[in-house]
Amino acid sequence: MSEVKFSKEHEWITLEGDVATIGITKHATEMLGDIVFAELPEKGSIVEKDGTAGVVESTKAASDVYTPVSGEVVDTNQAIVDDPSKINEDPEGSAWFFKLKMKDQSEMDSLMNKEEYDKFAKESAS
Amino acid sequence: MEIKKTSLNKLHQSNNAKFVEFAGYEMPIQYSKGIIEEHKFTRSNSGIFDVSHMGQLFIYGDESLTEELEKIFPLDLKNLKQNCSKYSFLMNEDAGIYDDLIITKIEEGYLIILNAACKDKDFEILSNLLGSKFKMNLDNNRSLIAIQGPKSVEILNPIINGVDQLNFMTGNWFDSNNQKLFVTRSGYTGEDGFEISISNDKAEKFVENLIERGAQLIGLGARDTLRLEAGLCLYGHELDINKTPVEANLRWAISKSRLSNGGFIGSKKIMNQMQDGASQIRVGIKPEGRLIAREKTKIFDDTDTQIGEITSGTFGPSVNGPIAMGYVNKKFSKVDTKILLEVRGKKHPANVCALPFYKKNYVKGVN
Repeated sequence: MSEVKFSKEHEWITLEGDVATIGITKHATEMLGDIVFAELPEKGSIVEKDGTAGVVESTKAASDVYTPVSGEVVDTNQAIVDDPSKINEDPEGSAWFFKLKMKDQSEMDSLMNKEEYDKFAKESAS
Repeated sequence: MEIKKTSLNKLHQSNNAKFVEFAGYEMPIQYSKGIIEEHKFTRSNSGIFDVSHMGQLFIYGDESLTEELEKIFPLDLKNLKQNCSKYSFLMNEDAGIYDDLIITKIEEGYLIILNAACKDKDFEILSNLLGSKFKMNLDNNRSLIAIQGPKSVEILNPIINGVDQLNFMTGNWFDSNNQKLFVTRSGYTGEDGFEISISNDKAEKFVENLIERGAQLIGLGARDTLRLEAGLCLYGHELDINKTPVEANLRWAISKSRLSNGGFIGSKKIMNQMQDGASQIRVGIKPEGRLIAREKTKIFDDTDTQIGEITSGTFGPSVNGPIAMGYVNKKFSKVDTKILLEVRGKKHPANVCALPFYKKNYVKGVN
């Protein structure tokens, strides 16, 4: 599995073969608060880099989830739809959102590594 | 304009509050445990709310003040006993609501608790209506602390002896540590609880004492989920200048004895609507599944005709599901009516339901 990469919209992504797994970062869940609703893209749908690919809602507000890369949705995580509090519990592990079959793996190149993202998150929070 | 702070601001900070601006004040939206934990703690234990941003308006006067206030409010104030509170509205001639409020008859006159965002305008309106005959004081030297939840009485009573003898919607002056506190048994959560008016310089110490005895600070986020589960209106959402108390389904708050003769501001419209019914009415709404329908969500019938709009919607932690309130055309206001909510371009099924979503019994007949 590849190194974890991060987007400015606070998604994380890992790549295995040509299938990317995408979720939202722990930092994002801390900003959102208690998550009470999740909507995921439909299996088989095509999503475009930086386009919306889902929604999360906290007790306070709704937020779009973006996809950091383009591709076809090959799997979604029904467990977080059934129990959205799992997203707060394990955002960067078992509470992944969807898996994409990537078109163009070079889209990964512009994303941040952990160190860069941590710095970005710290700066954008202040 | 510079943001205002309550006398508990430092205490909020030291309890890791996340702040938001609310009605010109820097207020805690939540603390480190988060909205759901804070909500549940209030329901099972005892939550402390800083509501010092709200207006505490003292109006001093005797029977002549009562007479003047009856020309304004739809209440039978002549027969209101001293230390009893009523929920009411400040309205315009069309019965549009300037503010919703709690008015308590006290020995010196009346104490009216006003919404933070409305209090200055309310003061102006009431000053114009009452003239200079009565002394009015929108008291900025007092903080207002609410303590809510089933354990509140056992936490508060050792500090302010005798509050356990108050019935719901009554209040009184109490002495505690050589200071005069006005305490009412009331609240905005659907739980038993109290609201304490206390001088600013004593507020922090008082709240620290409550925390030492097991109560916890709760932010505005949980205050909103708690009041929504209890089916209570929030000014600026369920209530505004374009809505009347009848439309808001709050006719219970209008004294029956005032309906035959009117004589309060907005009485004509109220009496007409009481007779003919209002064309739109506030209802409870439960979306099916987990979908949350926020404020401004459009409501449709099954023929694609818009029949209303959501005014508040969130996830109810004690209900463990999404809940909302909104206005619908009268013919769709019956409980169990199927409606559709348009969220992110798609229509989702929901049901009109009875309010409140969550019910507990308030304390009556203590004495």
